Amino acid sequence: MAEPAILVSALHKAYGDTYAVDGVDLAIDPGECFALLGPNGAGKTTTVEILEGYRHADAGTVSVLGEDPSRPTPGWRARIGIVLQSAADLADLRVDEVVRHFSTYYPNPRDFDQVISAVGLTEKRRSKVTDLSGGQRRRLDVALGIIGRPELLFLDEPTTGFDPEARREFWDLIASLRVDGATILLTTHYLEEAEHLADRVAVIVDGRIAALGDPATLGGRRTAEALVSWRDGEPREARTSAPTRFVQELAAQFGGEIPELAVRRPTLEDVYLKLVGARTSETDEAP
Amino acid sequence: MSTTTHLPGAAAIGWQRFLIELKSFFRGRETVIFTFSFPMLLLLVFGTVFSGVADPKSGVTYSQYFLAGMIASGLVYSGFQQLAFAIPMERDDGTLKRLRGTPMPAAAYFLGKFGVVLVGYVGQVVLLLLIGAALFDVSPPATATQWFTLLWVSALGLVVCVSLGIAMSGAVRSARTTNAVVTPIVLVLQFTSGVFFVFSQLPHWMQVASSFFPLKWLCQGMRSVFLPESFANQEPAGSWELGKVAAVLAVWAVVGVALALRGFRWQRREEI
Repeated sequence: MAEPAILVSALHKAYGDTYAVDGVDLAIDPGECFALLGPNGAGKTTTVEILEGYRHADAGTVSVLGEDPSRPTPGWRARIGIVLQSAADLADLRVDEVVRHFSTYYPNPRDFDQVISAVGLTEKRRSKVTDLSGGQRRRLDVALGIIGRPELLFLDEPTTGFDPEARREFWDLIASLRVDGATILLTTHYLEEAEHLADRVAVIVDGRIAALGDPATLGGRRTAEALVSWRDGEPREARTSAPTRFVQELAAQFGGEIPELAVRRPTLEDVYLKLVGARTSETDEAP
Repeated sequence: MSTTTHLPGAAAIGWQRFLIELKSFFRGRETVIFTFSFPMLLLLVFGTVFSGVADPKSGVTYSQYFLAGMIASGLVYSGFQQLAFAIPMERDDGTLKRLRGTPMPAAAYFLGKFGVVLVGYVGQVVLLLLIGAALFDVSPPATATQWFTLLWVSALGLVVCVSLGIAMSGAVRSARTTNAVVTPIVLVLQFTSGVFFVFSQLPHWMQVASSFFPLKWLCQGMRSVFLPESFANQEPAGSWELGKVAAVLAVWAVVGVALALRGFRWQRREEI
């Protein structure tokens, strides 16, 4: 078993009297794509920024690529790539100038032209950064995150504000990065995004991990009560833990086809909302 | 955990920072126009309004006196004032956070800034000298000694102003509050250090107070470069006191660098 890319135990971080991170444990394997889900203010960004070396933990142990991120060295920085939440910098520079410039920071950078084409900005390579659309700007952020050939890539809410098509394209881009074997830690509040990209997800609520696992089975959603819906004059639905038998009985009643039949297990969103709702109803926080 | 290839050094990255910052600087048209036109405008206005002779014995005119003060002020504008504004701006817009996440050493960032300040300052000096020569009968330094003095006063002044600018950038909350803090400091020092008025004619207490700050000594050093030797006995001490100029500026350079290293912040305080 290889050493984990990220190992966190009993992580705590308080602002004033409130704990933004209140006992988080995580172990992320090399090459894994791991998503942190959670409502705004749940502690996602604080956790990730501690791992990135921007913030200091109050308690707990953190190891990122075998080093303590609170004492970041240039050698360690060269092995990670960071795509932060929205930035407004680099305004007057051109895309190719920026990517080429950042490549000079790294010992073994990727070819900047190839990176520009990998993120789909070849046609915009001579454009000023201010003239890029929101989605193009995020692509540039990713280009700067991967220019140094990172072993570990942090993506903090990379597709916020994207239209659905741009988001799909962006997912393809992230998926292509995984071919290089890089570990990816993604934060997002789009559940389809986590489901589409991540090997494992953790839902973080009120600074704690509320659930962790494969997005396909999180919260036991594969075996949870199913919702059966059909039409019997008017729309009908029923919850059951034995949907097969239920449907057989229905089919017998109808003597064949059941009108508008659908059998649904909880989606990741259902599981998520249940987790988030259970905790945040006490603190009256918007999910 | 060894890296197979060596990390690029601070000097090499510093050079790249200088090039990219210079590009950004010259594309930010307003900043360029302000940086270069402001001292020229001041020289034009003051040189025209105070057209008389400041000192009948040596024949030094107000505009000559003022030119020396404006060149000293150029160090303050392009070093201190510009950085105290530009760095908090880069902290607010995410530039510094992005850089902090890369292996770029802090020294490379400072080298880049220093280089851009140097270009700005040299540009200001050249423009001031051209205007001085064309309109106010002020000649550039004539002797090798004067050129040498211009060089070392500028060099020490740059270190002092750049380092204090970096230190100030860490003291202000954000770019929006910078001007309210920095502009009064610069203006008061200019009035009391012999930029706008002849220093020896200022009240004694003001002369004493301003001598604790670097601008007074920068102005005095610049006067030794641009005013005739005969004016030296018009100085309060009766000479240019170049040894003292060097000593005070050197102390401020050490203090400034120490403050800069302590005060520089990559992130806003509430973000750590």
